[in-house]
Amino acid sequence: MSDALLVGGTSEIGLAIVRRLHAGRVWLLGRDGEGLASAAASLDGAAVEVGLLDADDIDSSRQAIARAFAASGGFDVVVIAVGVLGAQAGLDADPDQAIDVMRVNFLGAGSVLLECLRQLRQRGDGTLVLLSSVAAERPRASNPIYGAAKGGLDALAQGLSDAIASTGVRVLVVRPGFVKTRMTAGLEPAPFSTTADAVASATVAALGGRAGTIWVPGRLRWIFAVLRHLPRSVYRRLPL
Amino acid sequence: MQPAEVAPARTGGNTGTHSVVTGWGMGQEADVTIVRPTDVEELRASVQSIGHRRALPRGMGRSYGDAAQISGGLMIETTNLKRIELDRERGIVTAQSGVTIGELLHQVVSAGWIVPVVPGTQNVTVGGAIASDIHGKNHGSVGTFGAHVEAISLLRADGEVVELLPGATDGGFDATVGGMGLTGVVVDARIKLSPIRGAMLAVDTDRVRSLDDALAALAAHGGPHRVAWLDLLCAEPGRGVVTRAEHVDAPGEGASVVRSRATVPRAWPAGALRPEVVRAFNAFKYASSPRAERGHPVPFGRHMFPLDSLDAWPRLYGPSGFLQYQLVVPTGSEHVLETVIECLRRARVPCYLAVLKDFGPANGAPLSFPLAGWTLALDIPRAAPGLEPLLRGFDRAVAEAGGRVYLTKDARLRPEMVRAMYPRLGEWRAARERVDPERVWCSDLARRVGLL
Repeated sequence: MSDALLVGGTSEIGLAIVRRLHAGRVWLLGRDGEGLASAAASLDGAAVEVGLLDADDIDSSRQAIARAFAASGGFDVVVIAVGVLGAQAGLDADPDQAIDVMRVNFLGAGSVLLECLRQLRQRGDGTLVLLSSVAAERPRASNPIYGAAKGGLDALAQGLSDAIASTGVRVLVVRPGFVKTRMTAGLEPAPFSTTADAVASATVAALGGRAGTIWVPGRLRWIFAVLRHLPRSVYRRLPL
Repeated sequence: MQPAEVAPARTGGNTGTHSVVTGWGMGQEADVTIVRPTDVEELRASVQSIGHRRALPRGMGRSYGDAAQISGGLMIETTNLKRIELDRERGIVTAQSGVTIGELLHQVVSAGWIVPVVPGTQNVTVGGAIASDIHGKNHGSVGTFGAHVEAISLLRADGEVVELLPGATDGGFDATVGGMGLTGVVVDARIKLSPIRGAMLAVDTDRVRSLDDALAALAAHGGPHRVAWLDLLCAEPGRGVVTRAEHVDAPGEGASVVRSRATVPRAWPAGALRPEVVRAFNAFKYASSPRAERGHPVPFGRHMFPLDSLDAWPRLYGPSGFLQYQLVVPTGSEHVLETVIECLRRARVPCYLAVLKDFGPANGAPLSFPLAGWTLALDIPRAAPGLEPLLRGFDRAVAEAGGRVYLTKDARLRPEMVRAMYPRLGEWRAARERVDPERVWCSDLARRVGLL
C-alpha cells in the first residue's frame, strides 16, 4: 500500500489516477473546500486527508505542501494537477484572465512542483507525476496562453527530472491530448480526445516502468513528433 | 564526477558521508549517504539512523549494475566488519559480512580448508556472496555459495538480529540467499569449508574451434572447476579455450589469492580499448594456449582470479563503462547460445570477454540465479551502437527458453522480463515482506525492475 498526495485535489484526472493507485492513504490539497470534501468522499476504501492550498498564493501553498509531507511522513506518489483552462481566446480574452492562466499554470504549478521535489528529495524516494498537456509540445493558435504556460511547466519538470536523476526521486510527465472533463465541457473535442480514466490507466501503467514522459493516447507522441517540425506557415493552417 | 568524500572519522550511525557511487560497470550514478560501521554496535546504530530514508547494505561494490546502490538513501558499507573465527577441526568458519573471499582464503587455506565456492574475483564480501548467491567454476558439483552457509545472522530494519537457518519454515534464509541485500544486513555467516591438502590445481586445457566443441569439452571427464573462454571477435566466433581444474591431492605451495600488480589510471583515455586491440589480444591468447594439455599445475589464486591482478580494470572501457550480460538457459536450449553469438556477430556489437560454463541444479532460494544448464557472460562496452535492442531480443529468447539473466550483473532489464525470468518472485516478495514490512531496504535495481 502506498501513500499518495494529489495537489489540485478536485482534478478529475488527478482523482482518477489516485483511485487507480489503490493508495492506502491519500492527501488532497486544493483551493475548493467543498469540492475537496466531495472528492474525498468519492475515494472510498482509502484513508483521505484534505487541506486547503491555493497555487496562486505561492508562500502559503509551499507551506501547505510542507505541512502535508511532515504530517504524513512522506509520499510514494505525488500527483500535480494544478491548472486552469480559461483565456482560450488569446488576445481577445479578458486580459486579467489571461494573466491568471499564466500565473496559476506556470508560477503557481511550478512552485508546487519545486516544493514537492524538494520534499521528495529529502527522503530520497518517490515519484512525482506532473499533468502536462500536448499543448506543451507546441502551442497552437487556439490556445497560445494555456499552451505557453504548460510549455514552461513541462520544461521545468524535464530539467528538474534530469537534475535529480541520481537522488532516488523520479518525475513522470504526462501529456494528454484533449481530455473530456469538467474543465473542457462545452469545448469541441480535438482529434484523438481521451478520457480521465484512460489517462489514469496509462499513468499508473507507466509508474511501473521507467518512462520519463508519456502521451495519452500514445500515438500522439508520433503525431506531435511530426507536428513539432512543421513549418509555421503550414502548422497555423491546421484545424487544431 | 568526483565523489565528495571525507575520511569517515565517526560513523557512529547518525553521521555518514555524502558520496556518489556507481556499479562496477560504471553505469548510472547514485547520490547516497554512506556509513561504515566498525562493529556490531555501530552497525545497529546505523540502522537506527535510517529514519524515513531507504537503505541498503553494500560490500565491495562489485555488482556490475545498480544492485548495490540506493539513490537518495543510506548505504551501510560492511567493509569494516572483518572478524573471522575458524574452527580448524571441523572446518567451519564464522565470518562477518565485510570479510572478502580473498581474506577468507588467506585465513583458511593454511589450515587445510578451502571456501567451497569462489567467484571469478576474490574481492567480494561474504555479505555480497550471500546476497547474490554467487556461483563458482565448480557449480556443477557443489552448487552456489548459499548451499554451504549453515546459518546467517541478519540485522533487520527494526534493529533485531535474527538467526536464519536453512530449511526454516519462515523462508527468511531462502529470501536472504540471493535476496540482493533486500532483507537486511548480514552481520555474520557460518560457512562449511571443504578440506584440501594444498592450494595447487591440476588444470586440463583444450583449445576448441566451435561452440559445440566448447560445450562438449565442458562436459568432458575431469576436474570440477570448469569454464570456457570464448573469442567472439575472430572470424569464426565460438573458438576458445576450455579448462577443467581440480585440487592436487598433495601439499603444494601455490598462493590461494592474487596480488594486484597494476592499476588502470583514472585518466585512461576513452576509446583506447578498441575492437582491433582486443581482437589481437584474443588471437594471442588463443594461440598461446596449449592445444590439449592435462594436469598442468597452477596456483589456485592465479587460475581462479585472473582479473584481480589488474586493479580497477573496468576503467579500460573508458568513462562510459561496460555492461555485463550474463544469461543461463536450461540444458536442451543450447540453440539460444548459438543465436546470441550469431546475433552479436551480425549486429557487429563487440563482445570483449565471453565466458561460458555449465551449471548444476538450482537450489531452493527463489531469486537464486543458477539453474541446470549453460551460462554465458558477455562483457560489452556500454557505448556499442545498437546494443539495447539486441539485448532485448536476447532477453526474450532467454525467458522463452525458461532461462534468466543474472540480477547482480544487470543494469537494464525491464520489470516484465524479470517477472518472466524469475517465476518465484511472488514467493520471495512474501517472505521478504515478513522480514521488512516497512520496506526500508531498497536498491536502484529493486526500483528499476519492481522487485519489492
